[in-house]
Amino acid sequence: MSLRIVVCVKYVPDATGDRHFADDLTLDRDDVDGLLSELDEYAVEQALQIADEADDAEITVLTVGPEDAKDALRKALSMGADKAVHVEDDDLHGTDVIGTSLVLAKAVEKTGYDLVICGMASTDGTMGVLPALLAERLGVPQVTLLSEVSVDGTTVKGRRDGDSASEQLEASLPAVVSVTDQSGEARYPSFKGIMAAKKKPVESLDLEDLEIEAEEVGLGGSWTAVDSAAERPARTAGTIVKDEGEGGKQLAEFLAGQKFI
Amino acid sequence: MAEVLVYVDHVDGAVRKPTLELLTLARRIGEPVAVALGNGAADTAAALAEHGAVKVLTADAPEFTDYLVVPKVDALQAAYDAVSPAAVLLPSSAEAKEIAARLALRIGSGIITDAVDLEAGDGGPVATQSAFAASYTTKSRVSKGVPVITVKPNSAAVEAAPAAGAVEALTVSFSATATGTKVLSRTPRESTGRPELTEAAIVVSGGRGVNGAENFAIIEALADSLGAAVGASRAAVDAGWYPHTNQVGQTGKSVSPQLYIASGISGAIQHRAGMQTSKTIVAVNKDAEAPIFDLVDYGVVGDLFAVVPQLTDEVKSRKG
Ligand SMILES: Cc1cc2nc3c(=O)[nH]c(=O)nc-3n(C[C@H](O)[C@H](O)[C@H](O)COP(=O)(O)OP(=O)(O)OC[C@H]3O[C@@H](n4cnc5c(N)ncnc54)[C@H](O)[C@@H]3O)c2cc1C
Ligand SMILES: Cc1cc2nc3c(=O)[nH]c(=O)nc-3n(C[C@H](O)[C@H](O)[C@H](O)COP(=O)(O)OP(=O)(O)OC[C@H]3O[C@@H](n4cnc5c(N)ncnc54)[C@H](O)[C@@H]3O)c2cc1C
Repeated sequence: MSLRIVVCVKYVPDATGDRHFADDLTLDRDDVDGLLSELDEYAVEQALQIADEADDAEITVLTVGPEDAKDALRKALSMGADKAVHVEDDDLHGTDVIGTSLVLAKAVEKTGYDLVICGMASTDGTMGVLPALLAERLGVPQVTLLSEVSVDGTTVKGRRDGDSASEQLEASLPAVVSVTDQSGEARYPSFKGIMAAKKKPVESLDLEDLEIEAEEVGLGGSWTAVDSAAERPARTAGTIVKDEGEGGKQLAEFLAGQKFI
Repeated sequence: MAEVLVYVDHVDGAVRKPTLELLTLARRIGEPVAVALGNGAADTAAALAEHGAVKVLTADAPEFTDYLVVPKVDALQAAYDAVSPAAVLLPSSAEAKEIAARLALRIGSGIITDAVDLEAGDGGPVATQSAFAASYTTKSRVSKGVPVITVKPNSAAVEAAPAAGAVEALTVSFSATATGTKVLSRTPRESTGRPELTEAAIVVSGGRGVNGAENFAIIEALADSLGAAVGASRAAVDAGWYPHTNQVGQTGKSVSPQLYIASGISGAIQHRAGMQTSKTIVAVNKDAEAPIFDLVDYGVVGDLFAVVPQLTDEVKSRKG
């Protein structure tokens, strides 16, 4: 039987660009290029490796995002995923994490899955909670923040490196997994992969397809509200000295002046 | 006065500092009721009472250690049902954020993560967050349900505020999904004797410029002279020079100490995401054009192998 893997990938603003909030205090997507969240490349990579080990597997990449988010799906397809699902709907603009988890859960169920793989966190919202929410909604085990993951038959195993301990985890499929950037370098798409991706199917779904009411998502349906966003004032220029042999001592003088010594 | 649930992060009964900070913030909103789970839960009571907890709800069961996250969500939900609080606060650790999210969904509430400050407002608590690698400061609220908010370490000063801290046993019935993810084994991290990275008042970090695992001794020596924690850039971690647990940045720890000293670190956006809110920033880098110098209060353009040991000697001699 085929192992059905769904990888959740997010389309995010490039962190090396100038990221801003728009007037409605959501992310300003016009000002900066978007791309597949780099941390979700690790999720795609682990899906590809798990699929390689399985007798038969199919990888679907899934995103919830605006029209341009197709770019993120194409990147994942060019890495080697088989097909893509894009949930896009104008009413999704401004959805918070609870709403996003609802949409992803419905889309995952509609697609059919044995294993859902997510990144450890998005590079914009960086909440790191979506995989846990997805597991809660789907009623399946969460095996999250793994630096090592493998699937054996209907069992998923992994290592979670926490603050105070490193844990070996195990759960039965179906399950939701998230992987960290320690799980293994993500591959670059090959030229062949990029060409093949152009022919792979991308299915578009809207809220109606997922039987979600507009009131449940979007800015209006969000259970959180952002009241203000202010750009952090630039730091006042500091003192910079060139080491001419006394750099360490000068630094010590500064630290003493600040009462750190 | 309204009660505020505070989830306690502790190791065998020893309460970690971010939880004591949470109690300070909780008192701005209402009366803190602490929830301590697992081995040593009841031993947390004295420290929690000293910092303002009017009540300490405790539960211990093998489920908390044998299975991942969900048993703790079940317990926090039981506490929520017992108390009907005005807000639920948790520290922003990876695990506590996951617990917070699942609880929020269950109780029909919005969630805010990684708050760096918290105030009482007319429509409930107002959280300050720092977005896009700390280039923005936002104010947000939970607009539906009882606010569930996780707070970053070093967001408030720890204040003593003695309260009753009466210990009560919490009855927890575990949900069907509680035993879904088994913890097969747990290897505790060895203590270095240095302060915890996210909690430290001073952090001394090394990057690719340190050029080798053995050279991290230079960084450690400076850290020890200042009583600081040691951090590392991802480049240093990926090269295998320092453990991943010490990585500072977007995918590592986010730190907000009084003093951050970066040596041989260029200051890439992903590194800045984890240290930009430090109060005083110092860098040593041989490249005058390195982006880290845009952030510093004091920077030395120079070779870290000369500057850092000289600084360490100077610190030691000044401290006598
Ligand atoms: C600066 C900022 C702050 C925010 N703060 C909050 C807040 O406090 N509370 C709140 O409710 N919302 C908040 N949001 C909105 C929230 O980021 C989005 O709803 C988001 O899609 C889910 O949260 P995340 O991006 O932080 O995901 P994370 O939980 O960090 O993402 C983990 C993984 O989930 C998957 N994933 C996440 N989003 C998608 C998607 N759209 N499509 C496919 N896969 C996905 C990816 O695999 C990702 O690696 C914030 C957004 C921004 C830009
Ligand atoms: C999704 C994603 C997440 C990431 N997360 C993180 C993260 O959490 N943390 C993180 O740090 N990075 C992270 N990165 C990586 C980040 O982009 C940078 O690659 C990394 O921070 C560079 O580390 P560095 O500054 O040590 O190395 P480099 O950028 O190579 O800089 C080394 C610096 O050392 C200086 N130097 C060299 N020799 C000496 C000497 N003898 N004396 C003084 N100075 C010297 C050089 O001038 C240079 O400025 C992430 C990247 C991605 C894509």
